[in-house]
Amino acid sequence: MLRLIALRVAMAVPVMLVVATIVFLLLRLSPGDPALILAGDNAGPEAVARIRAEMGLDRPLLVQYFGWLGEIARGRFGISILSKVPVLGLIRDRLEPTLVLALSAIVITVVLAVPLGAIAAWRHNSWIDRGVMMLSVVGFSVPAFVIGYLLILFLSVKADLFPVQGYVSPFDDPLAALRHLALPSVTLALVFMALIARVTRSSVLEVLGEDFVRTARAKGNVERRVLWRHALPNAAVPIITVIGLGIALLISGVVVTESVFNLPGVGRLTIDAILARDYPVVQGLMLFFALIYVGVNLLIDIAYVIVDPRIRY
Amino acid sequence: MNTSEPILRIENLSVALPAGLDRSHAVRDLSLDVHRRQIVCVVGESGSGKSVTASAVMRLLPDKVLRITGGTIRLEGEDIAAVSPARICELRGNRMAMIFQEPLTALNPVMRIGDQIAEVMRIHRPQVAPDAVEARVLELMGDVHLPDPAALRRVYPHQISGGQRQRVMIAMALALEPALIIADEPTTALDVTTQAQILRLFRELLTKHDSGVLMITHDFGVVADVADHVVVMRRGEVVERGAPEQVLNRPAHPYTRALIEAVPRFRYRPTRLATAEPVLAVEDLTLTYRSTSLLGRKRETRALDRVSFRLAPGETLGIVGESGSGKTSLAKTLLRFETPDSGRILFRGDDVAALSGRVLRDFRRHIQMVFQDPYKSLNPRRRIGQSLIEGPVQHGLSRVDAVARARELMELVGLSPDALERFPHEFSGGQRQRVCIARALAMQPSIIVADEAVSALDVSVQAQVLALFEALQRRIGFAMIFVTHDLRVASNICDRIAVMKRGRIVELGPAQAVFEQPQDDYTRELIAAVPGGVFEVAPAA
Repeated sequence: MLRLIALRVAMAVPVMLVVATIVFLLLRLSPGDPALILAGDNAGPEAVARIRAEMGLDRPLLVQYFGWLGEIARGRFGISILSKVPVLGLIRDRLEPTLVLALSAIVITVVLAVPLGAIAAWRHNSWIDRGVMMLSVVGFSVPAFVIGYLLILFLSVKADLFPVQGYVSPFDDPLAALRHLALPSVTLALVFMALIARVTRSSVLEVLGEDFVRTARAKGNVERRVLWRHALPNAAVPIITVIGLGIALLISGVVVTESVFNLPGVGRLTIDAILARDYPVVQGLMLFFALIYVGVNLLIDIAYVIVDPRIRY
Repeated sequence: MNTSEPILRIENLSVALPAGLDRSHAVRDLSLDVHRRQIVCVVGESGSGKSVTASAVMRLLPDKVLRITGGTIRLEGEDIAAVSPARICELRGNRMAMIFQEPLTALNPVMRIGDQIAEVMRIHRPQVAPDAVEARVLELMGDVHLPDPAALRRVYPHQISGGQRQRVMIAMALALEPALIIADEPTTALDVTTQAQILRLFRELLTKHDSGVLMITHDFGVVADVADHVVVMRRGEVVERGAPEQVLNRPAHPYTRALIEAVPRFRYRPTRLATAEPVLAVEDLTLTYRSTSLLGRKRETRALDRVSFRLAPGETLGIVGESGSGKTSLAKTLLRFETPDSGRILFRGDDVAALSGRVLRDFRRHIQMVFQDPYKSLNPRRRIGQSLIEGPVQHGLSRVDAVARARELMELVGLSPDALERFPHEFSGGQRQRVCIARALAMQPSIIVADEAVSALDVSVQAQVLALFEALQRRIGFAMIFVTHDLRVASNICDRIAVMKRGRIVELGPAQAVFEQPQDDYTRELIAAVPGGVFEVAPAA
């Protein structure tokens, strides 16, 4: 197991390097000049040129690239052009709301979508099955911001059950945090739930046709136990795979959801940085998201080995 | 005959099939009794309704597809069809238990085998203390002769052999000493020696636990070995029943007679002189599988250990042995799906052991394989024709010629050329195996490697496919390597036999000599374990 983890961590290094290169090129090659934005509307060409030189933007691309890599290797992600604060600190400050939001979305999903999908499979072709599948189509097709605004309109504005927007840290006031987090978490979780419920259903459906499920019944297991003890653990590998992939989906969802509910998280930071062409921050964020994704994949690989003893690397 | 109340009494059972199939009932008007300490064998080919009967007793029929339309099933006097779902859960595993055919798929792959055996007790005897359950698991594992129960109960099904898995299934079924054990082809997937052990075990346990067994089988050898009473089924109906001596020796119904005649028995080809230059010569072939465990432990398995033999043109060499003896590894290495560590494979004098790339692809045309499972070896989404012409076209034949050849081959294997337009699922197992043979022949190979090519087929179909191999070989003249675990089948079709054990050939010689005067102890052991070894029924004229 330790070997597996070490191997995977080692493999993450070249992956991150490739990501870093792509991030670097993507921003340099996209239209728009940060020096222009920074200089303001009334600055003359000399001022823009001076800012460009200060930022090193006038040097050859390759020089900029290696300089940047060297900085990153030393843990320096640069200074935000806009707020003049180190990027790393900026991300760290905004991390909490995003992690809390993402985590609660994942928990909601796993706790609700997996059982729903499993029950839909077990009651294949019944009204429960059709209901779950219909909801999942809705979850897939309606964009997160529409759902977010609808929830705000009905549950916050009209019914006044939840606050409209804003963030309270669960470490300061757990109860208020719960009220503030409820709508954004549900908004974020919905697509994810649709996906997981669907995959769970098809995966469990397949397993329910297997011989060992018949064996489980022949032993005298009641249906509930057949489903939870025998079918679901065997259906787990594809479900875990999709949960892992879904976390990528969650990252884009975080950006939209945080904007809708005005949460001061990494998602909002991303949007602000992109709009302002704040290169160092955007680069830092993309690397950060890539790192999370690589980390999640590592966890998924470990989870495989735990749920299915036949899998060995 | 036992006069006491039977454990199981089935009376006039009928199970309906969904509309639109070739017949209306999977089982029609079936009656049978199973008494204590009795083994009742239900015999029949695929589609005879024997497995449906077994599932009906356990009430495991998929109720949307198969409905019981008449009759009663009484387990110790209780009507199975009428009891509540909760009660049926109480009975299953407790008063009646089932042993399934395919021990690999019938066990939960992600649950330790000890837990799977213990589960039966946890369900039905929740009050028993955990250590008592554990002790009982160990005892059961000992009862079914599983080695080292303390260590083995912690492993997963994929880590043990087929025979051991079947023993786990049996231990699970015996856990609560049920009155009735239903065994659906319990030994079909096993080697002869394992099969013999398991059948002995059944008899032993029956006496010890005072239970009754309803055994479903297609193998008359098994019937001859264990049955107290035989019921022969065909297309859902009982055609004959009685004591095994009577049914096996004086079958009254023509279907029973045909089935018994189709049972392969030792019968040899006339000896032929193989003087020509060998088409294939294998010298000191060695193959090792290496794997690394999670903790970095390296494991080496010697799959082939200095294997040598020669194959003359038009000759059939049988490779026999138990699973794990290296038969399939040998077949794969000859086709160069595996690269041997050392040794030579001389095809018409040229060494192919180290070929790669294009030369290897060219060589493969000359040696073609027919696999065990005709259901899995044809691409389900491609028409038969596509499967048949793909190879020849790849190797440079024009499409028109390839189609013409495919049509010709279909007739040769006894199928209509129109079948080229159809998909694999439209054919029966036997027909599919014919398609697979045609597919192999389409490449005009010098050698055909058949890996358990008839093992998955019903005996009557098996006989037909064997006859087809013979006829084609006489007509086309390819040499054949015939891998099988069934010695009787091997004796029918092979000129010479190589007996393999742990990667080595322990005995090699003309078929009749190997089977009638075996030189090696292992060969003798294999021959002694052939089911129905003593049963040599002269088929009624």
